[in-house]
Amino acid sequence: MSLDYILTLVTFSNIFSILALSLNIITGYAGQVSLGHAAFFGIGAYTSAILAVKFGVGYWWTLLASVLISGVVGLFLGLPSLRVKHDFLVLATIGTNFVVVALFKYIDFFGGPYGIVGIPMARIFGIDLSTTGFAVYTSIWLVISTVLNLYINKVYLRYGFEAVKENEEAAESIGVSVSLFKIYAFTISGALAGLAGNLWAYQMGMVFPDDFSFSISISILTMLVLGGMGTTSGPILGAYTLTFLPEALRFIQDYRMLLYGLIIVLVMMYQPSGLLGKNGILRKAFKR
Amino acid sequence: MQDIVNALVLGSIYVLISVGLTLVYGILKILHIAHAGIYTLGAFLGLMFYHLTGNFWLALFLSIILTGIAGIGVYRYFYKRVLEESRIVPLVISIGLFIVMQDLYRLIWSPYRQPFAVSFGIGDIRLKGIVITEHQVIILIVTFVSLLSMYFLMNHTKLGLAMRACAEDMAIAGTLGVDVEKTISVAFFLGSALAALAGILVGVYENNVYPTMGEVPSYKSFVVIVLGGFGSLYGAVLAGFILAFTETILVAWKGFVLPRDAIAFLVMITVLMIKPEGLFRRATR
Repeated sequence: MSLDYILTLVTFSNIFSILALSLNIITGYAGQVSLGHAAFFGIGAYTSAILAVKFGVGYWWTLLASVLISGVVGLFLGLPSLRVKHDFLVLATIGTNFVVVALFKYIDFFGGPYGIVGIPMARIFGIDLSTTGFAVYTSIWLVISTVLNLYINKVYLRYGFEAVKENEEAAESIGVSVSLFKIYAFTISGALAGLAGNLWAYQMGMVFPDDFSFSISISILTMLVLGGMGTTSGPILGAYTLTFLPEALRFIQDYRMLLYGLIIVLVMMYQPSGLLGKNGILRKAFKR
Repeated sequence: MQDIVNALVLGSIYVLISVGLTLVYGILKILHIAHAGIYTLGAFLGLMFYHLTGNFWLALFLSIILTGIAGIGVYRYFYKRVLEESRIVPLVISIGLFIVMQDLYRLIWSPYRQPFAVSFGIGDIRLKGIVITEHQVIILIVTFVSLLSMYFLMNHTKLGLAMRACAEDMAIAGTLGVDVEKTISVAFFLGSALAALAGILVGVYENNVYPTMGEVPSYKSFVVIVLGGFGSLYGAVLAGFILAFTETILVAWKGFVLPRDAIAFLVMITVLMIKPEGLFRRATR
């Protein structure tokens, strides 16, 4: 593995860490399981791609637009979660994912199945970001996202939002505003995923509908759960592990997916709260 | 008219897959994505036994039994120990299992599409320009018979009563003397057997069996059970047919550009917005 290749993997890991952290806000803190997170990711990426390619908008504006639009979409998709609960919500989020991808694929404005190509290199403070530059740049955003997660974790504990996850009705009855917190969580989460979308679009230089399919949502959720829901370090560990794992398993080419699936199953069976979760082996190792 | 026949056949397939899934969901409340992997297993085993024995019905029988046992295995070795955990844990295990299964099939039976050509020797039925192929006839009959037996089993046997009791409240059913462990196993066996049946019928109907054939059913069947109200057998049956007809109508309507899957989900989201607990909420709750 060359250094450039490793740096590219670091960039991907950073982007997926941000996605897992953003899902953590909805799932880990607000307790709303979403299997459609790639939809926000895709909306962010397409916003940046369209603005950059079709309208020649500069980098910072595309970033701002991605974050805002994904945040607003998050707000609107958060509203149904007030009405649709539990497993129904899981399915509604899967549905949203499929509908969004179908729109990308079948509406010409979004470039159809061939996507949007020719996104220029990100230019920040007069510097064109190379592979190394982008790895550093995404790391900075990862740090910001982590701090945001820590902050939300604090707010969330202070106002008793943990109750929302455990038992919504009970939380409501002791005066916790469940609706407000859910909307808040969905909006911030959407905005963060939009940021990840912007980074993805500029890293790849092109976007395709299938980059944001249901299977990507599954990966994001798996990263989060594997690392440890409701923690800040867990999602990052999960994202890095699941990005590097297939590369590390490359030497057994033919059994790669098999092993990948098996590792997910085994970790979940024996570490149900995640590697860095409440009873995770890694958490215990660090504490010692 | 031809559309109606096609929609009926499509609906039958949705129903067969979803009723099995509903049985499992009704009792354990697990989003059992790996059900689609079980469905694929059924199709492959059916094809294998068909090649070995040359008798379709024997192959069907053997595959259903073995796939049912595999279903019990999934429960015993994977789900059982995490039932007390957060509901997301069995969901992720199920996703992992589905990935593992698909890859195992690819390694065992090759990644290529394999034909599953069976002739039943009853010929196609033609009525005033409508053609019902013999495969469609078989699917309709098999679905009808299976649903009828399921109805009988659920409503007129002790086993069915035990399953309904467990779906209602497992702990109470246990204290009342229901063998919960056995009942869950039976539900997994039946659910997986129905999935195998669906897998074989689809394989024959499309003359195609391949490792990733479970991908579309993995989420489509959930759309059906969501519409049906999660855990209601009658709901799943009705929802399966309603979905098939809606899809067929909207696809036939030229102005609609979105593909079938997106339509299914649009229907589901619309319904959920209006009725957050599905079309046919379980009567007893």
